[in-house]
Amino acid sequence: MQNGTREANMKNCLVVDDSKVIRKVARHILESLNIRVSEACDGRDALNQCQNAEHDVVLLDWNMPVMSGMEFLQQLSSINVARPKVIFCTTENGLGHIRAALDAGADEYVMKPFDRDILESKLQQVGVI
Amino acid sequence: MLEAGLTPAMRVLADLLESRTGQKLSEARRWRIETSLKPVLKAHRLSSLDSLAAAIIADAGGALAQAAVDALLNNETCFFRDAQLFRMVADDLFPALMAADGRGRRERTLHLWCAGCSTGQEAYSLAMLFRTHQDRWPDWRLRITATDISAEAIGRARQGLFSQNEVQRGLPINELLRWFEPSGDQWRIDPSLREMIDFRAANLFDERPPAHPYAAVFCRNVLLYFSGERKSRLLDILSRALDSGGYLLLGAGETVIGQRSQFVASHQFRGVYERIGAPLFDPVI
Repeated sequence: MQNGTREANMKNCLVVDDSKVIRKVARHILESLNIRVSEACDGRDALNQCQNAEHDVVLLDWNMPVMSGMEFLQQLSSINVARPKVIFCTTENGLGHIRAALDAGADEYVMKPFDRDILESKLQQVGVI
Repeated sequence: MLEAGLTPAMRVLADLLESRTGQKLSEARRWRIETSLKPVLKAHRLSSLDSLAAAIIADAGGALAQAAVDALLNNETCFFRDAQLFRMVADDLFPALMAADGRGRRERTLHLWCAGCSTGQEAYSLAMLFRTHQDRWPDWRLRITATDISAEAIGRARQGLFSQNEVQRGLPINELLRWFEPSGDQWRIDPSLREMIDFRAANLFDERPPAHPYAAVFCRNVLLYFSGERKSRLLDILSRALDSGGYLLLGAGETVIGQRSQFVASHQFRGVYERIGAPLFDPVI
């Protein structure tokens, strides 16, 4: 029963990255923070998943095939779902990219490489944990 | 007889740390002694802790010993460590300190001391916080004295240069954009924040605290490294540095209870201690 309550209270994170390795590392860290994880390999896949299930937060790569992270973010507001928090997580570490992401509605920004402390800190800042 | 778990070389290093800083090499820190000292071993081309201990004993100048002490000190810190505390400081503590009778009123300057400031993130966080809300106290200035026993940590703090990893721990991205500029593969903090802080390498157990009676002292996650008698001495020193009615902020899990009577738990601010009694401040001449 208690386990069931804990499961129900778990936050959901969609990890969007075309690198399987990055998704695996992120999943490992997020699950250690008691967050339920689903994965998407590009922006299109992520949009589809957002239409079908509610997520509390999206960890979003910038450069991906099919649909980039920025295109995903721009189209996210047009689909009729509760808006998840969006944390960009990318090797695009210049000021221009950071400003563009925030202007487009990103809530936080992680510059790769990341570790557990960084992800935990960013998730706290967007109020997910 | 050797203390359990300590090799002779570790004993030398533990004694060195305690004699220079007063800090105990606690059980919890022993497991990483070799990792902490790896850069020192490499820099001095030493192969083991045994050879390091022997070289320290033979080193008359003491530079190697100081490098070992610096490496053993735990400089763990981050920006806005304990975000809830910083919200309380901005919303309640700063206004209360400014409103307090007879404190800083003439010069409208708040004086704070960050005792055990490591590489400066706490002091810079306070400076950012103060400036972010400056419209709430337009006539006030903030001056921070920030001290640490590690000259290396103070050198880094003074530089105001932080790695990509460091600026992502505790610092919201909007604060990064507002207060930092990229500098190579690092981030340089706004010089106007740097000017609000006087960074000094100093031992907390110096006879006198750094000049000024302080409205508040931040000494977080420092007491935990000291044993009972040392803790009491340190609290005496901190109480002498504070204005009467000033506040002491400790780390989560640290307390003055059972140590000294010159502090009482603040009724107003959770986890904060108020200095009671007449001022004991002994100004440096």
